[in-house]
Amino acid sequence: MAWEDIKRQITDSDVWRSMFRHGYDDSARNRILMVSGNVWLHLHPSKVRRHAVRMRFTWCMGGITFLMFLVTVVTGIYLMFYYRPTAEYAYADMKYLEFDMPFGMLMRNMHRWAAHAMVIAVWLHMFRVFLTGSYKPPREFNWIVGVILLVLTLLLSFTGYLLPWDQLAIWAVTVGSNMGRATPFLGNEGPGAELLGVNPIYDARAFLFGGGEIGTHTLMRFYILHCIFFPLVTSLFLAVHFWRIRRDGFSGPPL
Amino acid sequence: MAARKGPPIDDKIHTWPYLVRSEFLCAIFTTLLLIVWSLLVDAPLEEPANPTRTPNPSKAPWYFLGLQEMLVFFDPWHAGVVLPSLIILGLMVLPFIDINPKGNGYYCFKDRKYEIITFYTGFHILWISLIIIGTFLRGPGWNWFWFWEPWDAHKVEAMTAVDLPYLLGVRDPVLTFIVGGASVIGFFAVGTALMYWWIIRLKGKEFMQRWGAVRFGLTSFLFLNMWAVVIKMLMRHLASIKYVWVTPWLNI
Repeated sequence: MAWEDIKRQITDSDVWRSMFRHGYDDSARNRILMVSGNVWLHLHPSKVRRHAVRMRFTWCMGGITFLMFLVTVVTGIYLMFYYRPTAEYAYADMKYLEFDMPFGMLMRNMHRWAAHAMVIAVWLHMFRVFLTGSYKPPREFNWIVGVILLVLTLLLSFTGYLLPWDQLAIWAVTVGSNMGRATPFLGNEGPGAELLGVNPIYDARAFLFGGGEIGTHTLMRFYILHCIFFPLVTSLFLAVHFWRIRRDGFSGPPL
Repeated sequence: MAARKGPPIDDKIHTWPYLVRSEFLCAIFTTLLLIVWSLLVDAPLEEPANPTRTPNPSKAPWYFLGLQEMLVFFDPWHAGVVLPSLIILGLMVLPFIDINPKGNGYYCFKDRKYEIITFYTGFHILWISLIIIGTFLRGPGWNWFWFWEPWDAHKVEAMTAVDLPYLLGVRDPVLTFIVGGASVIGFFAVGTALMYWWIIRLKGKEFMQRWGAVRFGLTSFLFLNMWAVVIKMLMRHLASIKYVWVTPWLNI
């Protein structure tokens, strides 16, 4: 049997047709079906502005931010298989990950650099959106969602910073969390601390740390925030963000 | 092809293949770049965590170094809590205080001069350049070291900073409090008045009425706070001023 016949038999089968409802015909109708009939691609409208597709206009930074998020999810799951979030094991697991685990070092490098790239890309995305005035009506609310996502990106990165449990990690997180101690009214060193009676083991920073000092309890807390809570919340806001872009039209004022 | 200037027209093309194609290429290129970078540069891993040995300098993650740099000029409750909250709040209210209908969906500078200059000041000067300073120019004791200077942990910096009222010759504690308070409140009062006058001159009374008191109040408050940061930085660097207003509860 010729190759073409086999191909036709497969694509004409009931199973195939139940999954894929259209081929790759280059017709206007099919181009639209490609987008509207695909759960991932239908995040796009079926038509977009010509000028808005150009790299010079979009910089593609929002897409790159999302790509970096996906990379950290995939590499992060791989790292989670080998990492135990307690002070006793965490650092040893990092070493194991780097030296013994297949592709461990590459996965860790990709996870860390993608996280940094995500922070930079989300800033550039915000900058581009500002420059094209794309926060103006009708996209005001989506800009707010974007600001929330920016904060979530920083929180994701910050909670992940502690997990290697090396000197860099605990001291960077200590310095970064000292603001909790200085929060007005809620931190033990902030103005108005005596009003609510907060103290070093019962204030905003202790809530973040799970105790008065940074320790194994903090590691567990940051691990859960980093691997479950923030990724989940971020995914929810991403869904809203993308949906709103779709509803409000891609790039450019409503016509 | 030059980026279009001016409001776009209805020039729609199909998402498949045009947009999907460039997204796909962009994703492949970025992933490749990331993999090559990850093969060449290893993520840092220092000695095991030791809560009894504080490194000098201790730095926050690089993206927070702008805020850590603020600790030089402000107390932690302001640098670490109030300023970041104001940044987030300021970004969130941006679409509501900017009611200029021009520049929606295309690049242009002429129609949105003041918006763009303000954003540049906040984003490039205050956020990015302070991160660069915090990363490369701050060494042990958070002292300033130029790129070519070795990080000397025993560098001695004379503590010569004084409070603004002291510099003005005020020694009496009550008067110090009053002068400091008058300076801070005066800055915001005069600043708000100047902004009001400036916007009326620039845009006219009709615009101010349409803009409304809430938008004007929010904008001038955020705008003045941003410039207060710049002014406080200059005061410290050029005139060694530590605080403007010293109170028993908090210092500004």
